[in-house]
Amino acid sequence: MNRESSINLWIRIAIVGFFAVVIQEAAVSQISLFGVTADLTPLVVMSIGLLAGSLPGAIAGFAIGLFVDLVLFQTLGVTSLLFIVVGYWSGRLRELRDPSHGLIPLALGALATLVTGVGMAVIQFMLGVDAPVSWLLVQQIILQVLVNSLIALPVYEIVRRLLYRALPSDPRRRRRRTYTSAAMSPLQRPSERLSGIPRTGQQR
Amino acid sequence: MQDKQIRRRRAVLVLLVAVSLILLTDYFGSPSSSPLHSVQRGLAEALAPVQKGASTVLSPVRDVAGWVSSTFDAKSQVKKLTNQRNSLYAKLAKAHVDEHQLEVDQALLKLDDSTGVAAYHTVTTSVIGKDLVYWYETITIGAGFGDGVKVGDPVVGPGGLVGDVSVVQSDESIVTLLTSPKFSVGATIQNQSNTQGLIQPAIRDPASLRLDDLPSTAPNILDGQEVVTSGFVEANDSFVHSLYPPGIPIGTVSGTSPQTSVQTSQTVDVTPLVDFNNLSTVQVLTKPRAGA
Repeated sequence: MNRESSINLWIRIAIVGFFAVVIQEAAVSQISLFGVTADLTPLVVMSIGLLAGSLPGAIAGFAIGLFVDLVLFQTLGVTSLLFIVVGYWSGRLRELRDPSHGLIPLALGALATLVTGVGMAVIQFMLGVDAPVSWLLVQQIILQVLVNSLIALPVYEIVRRLLYRALPSDPRRRRRRTYTSAAMSPLQRPSERLSGIPRTGQQR
Repeated sequence: MQDKQIRRRRAVLVLLVAVSLILLTDYFGSPSSSPLHSVQRGLAEALAPVQKGASTVLSPVRDVAGWVSSTFDAKSQVKKLTNQRNSLYAKLAKAHVDEHQLEVDQALLKLDDSTGVAAYHTVTTSVIGKDLVYWYETITIGAGFGDGVKVGDPVVGPGGLVGDVSVVQSDESIVTLLTSPKFSVGATIQNQSNTQGLIQPAIRDPASLRLDDLPSTAPNILDGQEVVTSGFVEANDSFVHSLYPPGIPIGTVSGTSPQTSVQTSQTVDVTPLVDFNNLSTVQVLTKPRAGA
């Protein structure tokens, strides 16, 4: 990956992160579904990590989290800390497992939202927020996980399309190249690989 | 090369976490005039126009999504409110029943106070059936001989006399109403002369009564005068007596006939005090001679 494409990727990540926070605050946060609002930001961080890797994921998580804290007048560093975890481990999953299933963004989006919700509650309690741990809080977190799961796939797809040209190698494209060529697959026997080629004896 | 990448990745991760923790600690412990707070305020002010613009641009999207969300919310609200409405209807119906029961109880209590029927060992019971075939000639009540009810016991309700018990079973009885052609009772008009006669249902109008056999010379019979049971006792033979205790209200005089010289007795119309159409609770006087 050369320097130019690397800069291109970071610029795109910055734009995606900026607009994600702005859209979240200007529109999404004002739409209530099942009594909760969706949160795009952990999904965007998860998508960046899953597409670009652990280091871009962690840095994007830190930056987006800091931006969210600044815009929302929250305690600086709380969301950053949580989004670093989300971005880094999404990226590590890509680097270690390279998951190919189409529903991975959905499951990972739900997990990212759960980590963010629970982590935020834990940090707030550790900081001394005087609020009782009620069933309502658990209910809100579960509902937000469900709502975010519904929008995780579209958000991932949008982020993928925005970062597509700047990514070092698209995971789907890489997989397609790996498994569509019969000659490259180590799982097939030579006879199977050659089964499509007509033999001389049969022609006769 | 690989080791270098791993080291770099870990270093960046540690750095980011450390910066986050430093920010968190510093922000949390510092007053609102600290540089971090100032930076936050400044950035929020700088971004305010962007947010406002984005909010305006995205308002159609927000409105559409809000409309969809509101529709779902309204649907769930409809179901919830329907259940709530049904519950309120049920409560209202119960309140009406309770209110009616209260009115009945108050009327019975008033009757107790004014006539002292409680002294006749009353059994309070509900009306469980009505003879709808012929102008409420009889009603069925929820008390029988198990409750001490006997044939001939007078029955009173809100307002006054209702009738008497004609059939008794173990846990229910049939009461012949005051408006039945089979029913008659000695009655007195409560005026200066205490004129006595016999109450019978009016012909062709079971809803009203007639007081017959009044002396033709009875004076001062006026509309609105109260008619009560006479509870007569034969002066020479105390075994000859009315089945009904004296003083139980029956109705009020509602019309007097002009007298002619050839008539030996006179008749007046009486409107019963009891509303037989809405009779739900009655009292049976199980010992009507208790006061004698």
